[in-house]
Amino acid sequence: MSTLPTTAAAPAATAPGSGTAGGRNRRTALLRWAFLAPALLYMAAFFGYPLVRNVLMSFERYTPTTYFTGEAPFTGLANWRAVLADPLFTDALWHTAVFTVGSLLGQFTIGLALAVFFSRRFRLSALARAVLLLPWLVPMVVAAVVWRRILDQEHGILNAALQAVGLTDGGVPWLNSPGVALFSAVLVNIWIGIPFNMVILYGGLQEIPRELYEAGALDGAGPWRTFRSLTLPMLRPVVTVVLVLGFMSTVKILDLILALTSGGPADATQTLGTVTYEMSFMRLDFGQGAVVGTVLMLISAVFAVLYLRANRADTGTGK
Amino acid sequence: MPPRPLLPLLAAVTAGATFALGLAGCAPAPESGTVTVLNSATDTAEHTKNQRFFDRCARRLGLRVEQHSVPADQVSSQALRMASAKSLPDILELDGSELPQFAETSGLRPLDQLGVHTAGFSRSAVALGSFRGTRYGIARSVNSLALYYDPDLLREEHVEPPRTWEELRATARRLTGKGTYGLAFSASPDADGVYQFLPFFWSNGGDEARLDGRKGADALRLWRRMVDDGSVSRSVVNWNQQDVNDQFVAGRAAMMINGPWQVPVLDGQEKVDWAVAPIPVPRAGDEAVSPIGGTVMTVPKSDDADREENAAKILNCLNTARNQLEWGEAVNNVPTRTAVARDYAERRPKLAAFAELVSTARSRTGRVGTRWPVVSDALAGAFQSVLADGAGPEAALSRAQRRATAGE
Repeated sequence: MSTLPTTAAAPAATAPGSGTAGGRNRRTALLRWAFLAPALLYMAAFFGYPLVRNVLMSFERYTPTTYFTGEAPFTGLANWRAVLADPLFTDALWHTAVFTVGSLLGQFTIGLALAVFFSRRFRLSALARAVLLLPWLVPMVVAAVVWRRILDQEHGILNAALQAVGLTDGGVPWLNSPGVALFSAVLVNIWIGIPFNMVILYGGLQEIPRELYEAGALDGAGPWRTFRSLTLPMLRPVVTVVLVLGFMSTVKILDLILALTSGGPADATQTLGTVTYEMSFMRLDFGQGAVVGTVLMLISAVFAVLYLRANRADTGTGK
Repeated sequence: MPPRPLLPLLAAVTAGATFALGLAGCAPAPESGTVTVLNSATDTAEHTKNQRFFDRCARRLGLRVEQHSVPADQVSSQALRMASAKSLPDILELDGSELPQFAETSGLRPLDQLGVHTAGFSRSAVALGSFRGTRYGIARSVNSLALYYDPDLLREEHVEPPRTWEELRATARRLTGKGTYGLAFSASPDADGVYQFLPFFWSNGGDEARLDGRKGADALRLWRRMVDDGSVSRSVVNWNQQDVNDQFVAGRAAMMINGPWQVPVLDGQEKVDWAVAPIPVPRAGDEAVSPIGGTVMTVPKSDDADREENAAKILNCLNTARNQLEWGEAVNNVPTRTAVARDYAERRPKLAAFAELVSTARSRTGRVGTRWPVVSDALAGAFQSVLADGAGPEAALSRAQRRATAGE
């Protein structure tokens, strides 16, 4: 607390204001900073510090010994070189991209379709909407375990259904074939993500003034034209939020994959999340794990910046 | 709204509280006479069993034992966190495969210095607790893998439990029928799958320090052929050892590779009949080499010599012949004193196969030490790509060898 007055003095001095009101301005500025302090401290302690620590760790030889001695020798780019040369990392990067794009595409399209569907009220629509929320309430690991059963090649209900309608003979090797497993993981993640997309987009749809639709109808716009020229543009800010939040929670996927396939078969579902987990907590090579963690953060940071810019542009044009 | 002067004060208090919260949370030092233990006995029954043995020893020594249990896969990270806070327990119970990484930190006290001896213990059990020739951990019981089978199914087909790879393949094919596979094993891309591949890899002379070579490739080929025969499900690449047991219990596998920890589950099923045979070997007369598994108790270094001494006393007491035998029977694991293991085999004839295997079994970290996690990953990659991706065994193993030595 002792450093607070000095830091608070700087903005107070630069704040515009007449000389006579200086003392009072200073007090107000001080007060402002004092109120900000808890939030700033919280951010610094729980976001800033771990972030910086993680980046530093990626340049250190950070092993179990470090926990006992407190020494983590600086090793320059050794960890980065080792990780970037590891074919598993390149594979994981690619899998993460496919998983994220596939999941978002599926979640968003189906979520939007359902949101539009439910935006007109009909009998039992509220009930149906509530039922569709269920996947959201199921813990990720539980969902993965259930899906493992559903997707079982021989005894799974999905293959039984496909066989019953004659779509497949021997059953699709959903989780047993490297060529299919990532696709299955995407399917499961889409199922998990639909409720979130639907709820947020549904909320966004409710905000669009009804008069706009009436005006559109008067101008003779059909359902598709109304959707493209009215609904979508009005929904844009919400769409950005949904996609960015979806991206951030998808790109770091770990629990779903671990419970569904443990990264297999033949590393076909290894993502950046599983690789960093493997390196840090199975091999206890925290330095290399931190490299992958840092890459994940950089990717998220790029999208966070894009999001903020898009947001600013939206609020700018809105006013 | 409160009067103005209060506002800065309020903000200051909030800021201060944020600070204080961040710094609080240092655990109080345990009182003398209390021995703290960190283990993975999160299961209530297991926790109670452990406590009973701890109490039995502690009472006699005038001590008290406090158990702190976390899930098995979190023991090492929890212990590391405690190490950095200088609040490690007096006894740290680690999985044998994790011991080298902890021993390497020189944060563990060598057991020789504490008067904890393992004379009369099986060689493999001593190896499980050793790192570079020094003993850091003591195992009171160990487990291994063997072949479980359904005696009724074998009788119906007039076959004996297979002893060689050839017999295993033939028997598995014979037992495969409507809805039932001949054999189930775990080939998951994690510790479970690797644990199950090792008895095949090692019994044929495979070497974890040099993964490539014909011997390992033959073991991979056996697995692959049984899957291709249709006598082992293609889903094994996704089955952990629990899933394998579920398949056996559900009657979808006539035989399975599994460990003695499944016994309570199997005994709990009224309709399931089971028996255990040693792991089949490549050729008649070969010796079955299974991996040895289980936890070892270690004593982290402490500034307080009394605490280390108390921990040592507890360890010695837990490992008397009588306590080892009773503990082994309580958890279905094989006692590590060879003489006691013989008694155990007599008293639990159904599990005698495990007691036999343990005398020849090997520790996973004996040869490669701290490199085991990387080697294990590479090996998992090899059998996964052979079973799921159609890779050739030789090619898969040379890739595994490159992967295992990439960081060197």
